[in-house]
Amino acid sequence: MTADKRVTLDEIVSSLSDGMTIGIGGWGSRRKPMSIVRAIARSTLKDLTVVSYGGPDVGLLCATGKVKRVVFGFVTLDSIPIEPHFRAARQAGAVEVTEYDEGMFYLGLLAAAWRVPVLATRAGLGSDIMRVNPQLTTVQSPYSDEQLVAVPALQLDAAFVHMNRADQRGNAAFLGPDLYFDDVFLMAAKQRFVSTERLVETGDLLQEARVQQLRVNRSMVDGVVHSPHGAHFTSCEPDYGRDEDFQKLYAGSVGDAWAPFLARYIDVDESAYQAAVAQ
Amino acid sequence: MTFEATLAEYCVVACAEAFRGDGEVLASAFGFIPTLGARLARATFEPDLLLSDGEAYLVANDLPLGSSDKVIEGWIPFRSVFDVVWGGRRHVMMGATQLDRYGNQNISSLGPHEKPKVQLIGSRGAPGNTVNHATSYWVPNHSPRVFVEEVDFVSGVGTNRGAVDIKRIITNLCSIDFVNADRSARLRSVHPFHSVDDVISNTGFDLVAENVTESRAPTDEELKLIREVLDPTNLRDTEIKS
Repeated sequence: MTADKRVTLDEIVSSLSDGMTIGIGGWGSRRKPMSIVRAIARSTLKDLTVVSYGGPDVGLLCATGKVKRVVFGFVTLDSIPIEPHFRAARQAGAVEVTEYDEGMFYLGLLAAAWRVPVLATRAGLGSDIMRVNPQLTTVQSPYSDEQLVAVPALQLDAAFVHMNRADQRGNAAFLGPDLYFDDVFLMAAKQRFVSTERLVETGDLLQEARVQQLRVNRSMVDGVVHSPHGAHFTSCEPDYGRDEDFQKLYAGSVGDAWAPFLARYIDVDESAYQAAVAQ
Repeated sequence: MTFEATLAEYCVVACAEAFRGDGEVLASAFGFIPTLGARLARATFEPDLLLSDGEAYLVANDLPLGSSDKVIEGWIPFRSVFDVVWGGRRHVMMGATQLDRYGNQNISSLGPHEKPKVQLIGSRGAPGNTVNHATSYWVPNHSPRVFVEEVDFVSGVGTNRGAVDIKRIITNLCSIDFVNADRSARLRSVHPFHSVDDVISNTGFDLVAENVTESRAPTDEELKLIREVLDPTNLRDTEIKS
């Protein structure tokens, strides 16, 4: 028998420690592992470096004081262009940032996944990405005069993704229009966690998904948490779309509105959250 | 039959003109008016353009804004977009919070980067786009706050910093290109309802303005396409002040 990798949200959080670099899958406000993000948000963890194609995962962790640094190419709620909690944290000087071109970001994760220290690209040349990231350097191609940006590997201590279907061994499928970079996040990390809408038997995976959608295999995963509606309020096509009303509520919860939002939706366990948003 | 074109419709046509001559490349447009421009170009003089739905599909039909009645001709998830960007077969039309005379663009932040006065969306793919393929910009609110001497942060690089091809900046007032010898901003045409002086006084750097023409009017066929096919609910008018 192969391993049963089922874990709880609390077990995931207890495997993390202060100061870690964590990668979060999805894209903007799409298929984010929000139940894991919420669990981290209500934990005592601190000083995290968050690596993300950023959406409300970044905003929520900033608003709850978990973040030392954000590694990002953008942070957006998609239908609301600016993530207000990230904006507030930045304008208060509360978080440090490593701002990348979104393609450089991909190459950094790929380098970590492929266990090479660096990948080269033109993306970033001439831009202020080079100015504000003094650790970034250019290299000359050994085969020509061309200068390229040397993107360092973005090694993650832990990564989290939310998949539509998974089995308890860690095989998982996306069913929506885009995998985003979820497989790369997992491959770039030391500890790898998948939350899933629905846990199915291995033999039933192909009844739920096409084989081309089975893009996460069990060698890429250490823990699986069954988390129905776990991407809420981000989209999780085709299981559900984005909860735009709730997203507006979240986006409006800057300042005085934050304390009641926190008490009602974040400082509660996942089942209480799901009950509260179902009302 | 004669039609009276609105300013928004002139802007759509100016955006479409930015894609003229592109051939079989991915036209990525952000905003209602740029999206309409790309769709109009393909529906008329640039039939080989590839258009995505902003999600993950290439769409073959003349899709109205807001419609999901798609004829899908391809799958282009974000990872494949990077293949297209780095392969160079793309022309993007992005927004810009600030632009300078060489087309350096800022969508990152205003004020010092370590503690911004205003945090924007982030540089997205702008650095990589501009050094890999054709780039244009859409500015619905042409003002000296957008067109500045020096941008606070260079997200998309301009022609003086290694951009391969800054094609156009289309605004609610005019169309700007970079065909001068020093590849600096040149006023190409002014939309009706506005003057060259309006443009100059709303631009925070010295804009070259010689032999400026009036922006091309939409043809009757183009107006019909815009009004009856591509934007029957008139979302284009919500993007600019008339």
